[in-house]
Amino acid sequence: MDYTRILSKKSQIMKPSGIRKFFDIAAGVPDIISLSVGEPDFDTPWLIRRDAIRVLEEGKTAYTSNAGLFPLRKAVSDYFKRTIHNEYNPENEIIITVGGSEAIDIAVRALVNPDDEVIVPQPCFVSYAPIVELTGGVAVTAATYAENEFKLTPEILKPLITPKTKAIILSYPSNPTGAVMRKHELEAIAEILRGTDIIIISDEIYSELTYGEPHVSIAELPGMKERTIVVNGFSKAFAMTGWRLGFCAAPAPISEQILKIHQYAIMCSPTISQHAAVVALNDCVNEVAEMVSEYDMRRRLVVESLNRIGLSCFTPEGAFYVFPSVKKSGLSSQEFCKCLINEKKVAVVPGDAFGECGDGFIRISYAYSIKHLTIAIKRIEEFINEI
Amino acid sequence: MQNKLIKLLRKDARLTNEELGIMLGISAKEIADEIEQLENNGIIKGYTAILDESKLEDTGVTAVIEVKVMPSVKYGYKSVAKIIARFPEVESVRLIAGDYDFSVTVKCPDLNSVGMFVADKISPIEGIVSISTHFIMGRYKELGREFDLDNDIRGVVSP
Ligand SMILES: Cc1ncc(COP(=O)(O)O)c(C=O)c1O
Repeated sequence: MDYTRILSKKSQIMKPSGIRKFFDIAAGVPDIISLSVGEPDFDTPWLIRRDAIRVLEEGKTAYTSNAGLFPLRKAVSDYFKRTIHNEYNPENEIIITVGGSEAIDIAVRALVNPDDEVIVPQPCFVSYAPIVELTGGVAVTAATYAENEFKLTPEILKPLITPKTKAIILSYPSNPTGAVMRKHELEAIAEILRGTDIIIISDEIYSELTYGEPHVSIAELPGMKERTIVVNGFSKAFAMTGWRLGFCAAPAPISEQILKIHQYAIMCSPTISQHAAVVALNDCVNEVAEMVSEYDMRRRLVVESLNRIGLSCFTPEGAFYVFPSVKKSGLSSQEFCKCLINEKKVAVVPGDAFGECGDGFIRISYAYSIKHLTIAIKRIEEFINEI
Repeated sequence: MQNKLIKLLRKDARLTNEELGIMLGISAKEIADEIEQLENNGIIKGYTAILDESKLEDTGVTAVIEVKVMPSVKYGYKSVAKIIARFPEVESVRLIAGDYDFSVTVKCPDLNSVGMFVADKISPIEGIVSISTHFIMGRYKELGREFDLDNDIRGVVSP
């Protein structure tokens, strides 16, 4: 059978994720030390796990409503009030999703008509562009640069806006760069978008993991709530990656459409996770603070060590990634990472896996113990000295 | 600051002052001063290695001895504790709230010498009314460090 004739063209032209490719290279090497993982190394706080056990014991395992358990939507609503000072109605503006991943997917699907353009600042999380393209839209890359600490600036954004621009996917704190955008920097972007019909999908999955000032959402700036879909989730802040739970909030007319897609594609998010997530949002402030404090110490250590050994990087203020330049080595990201694996058995992710403008950089995750980080950096140092 | 420093040292006292300083956002000199102060104040009593004793060639035998005391004017808890603590075989002496008074860990070369130690050195101490000895059979965690657990269940690479 000639499957290429049968299978969807959109699916076939979709490139496999650069991360996946790199995983295949790294996974085959025994005793590898990895700095390549995009998820917390902490266990989910016990309070949350205990609640999930309770839910199982009590047999609360049926579907929930499509939008999600009401107490959880209420907790999300309170959370947004507390953190980004916006009021979202838990009745019709908040949807509990299968991770931030699903929220991004269904938000894009609810917005994009064929040939609509969606601006995607890069380097960025791997799924944005493929989701846009699968939906029939066109992903327009907005390359950002180390000189600006990989922030989106009006100068980068403005020339990319056309009559076909439907949306922009903003993602700060950023995976892979750790960059954050401050209020005045967001304001400069908001200024361009106010008065247009462009919708912002703001992926704020790392909002709890900031190390300077607290996170600011573009949705809380004047006039922006009505044109923003805020995406967030439990994976990073609460170390709950495997629970597959996230959420989005948007004005009711948008949320209604998103909910329809969620309802047909997913029915409802995992019930056990939803119950336990109420505990996460309402009772885990200390646990989160503890993890943030630990990440912060590692961040300082990693940034200082990398700069010392000649992999220059700016000090990221969010997420758990550092994105140093490897240009001095004279190698491309791909070459650097492959040689580093072969010669020192250390796995880091090549920057171009997050978009072409990420070439010349590598992503280092510090979601590892200090001991692990110290050993890995020592090996990277040896590697650099031997090039 | 001090709490954060102590927390880091509890996990790994071999971090250098430079590393500690970077992580806590102060200079190595300030770290050195803080540590000196902690030592002078008697908060930090010393530094040790966390061992998985079962992997040593000469493992020896470790026992936890529960000791019940009838304190008297002459021999209060503290003086009994001090007498016990002076024996080099003794690794720790802790006053316990509950059915007995002291939990004493001792390390001896073999079973027999634990028995001898208890009979010859602990039981004659004035004020001790009962002793119950338990032998340690396995260790899973010491001083906050888990043993033989490869905890990282994450894949090598993920987005
Ligand atoms: C920027 C960003 N957005 C979204 C996600 C998806 O997370 P989840 O689907 O687990 O909520 C990730 C995960 O790595 C991410 O880095």
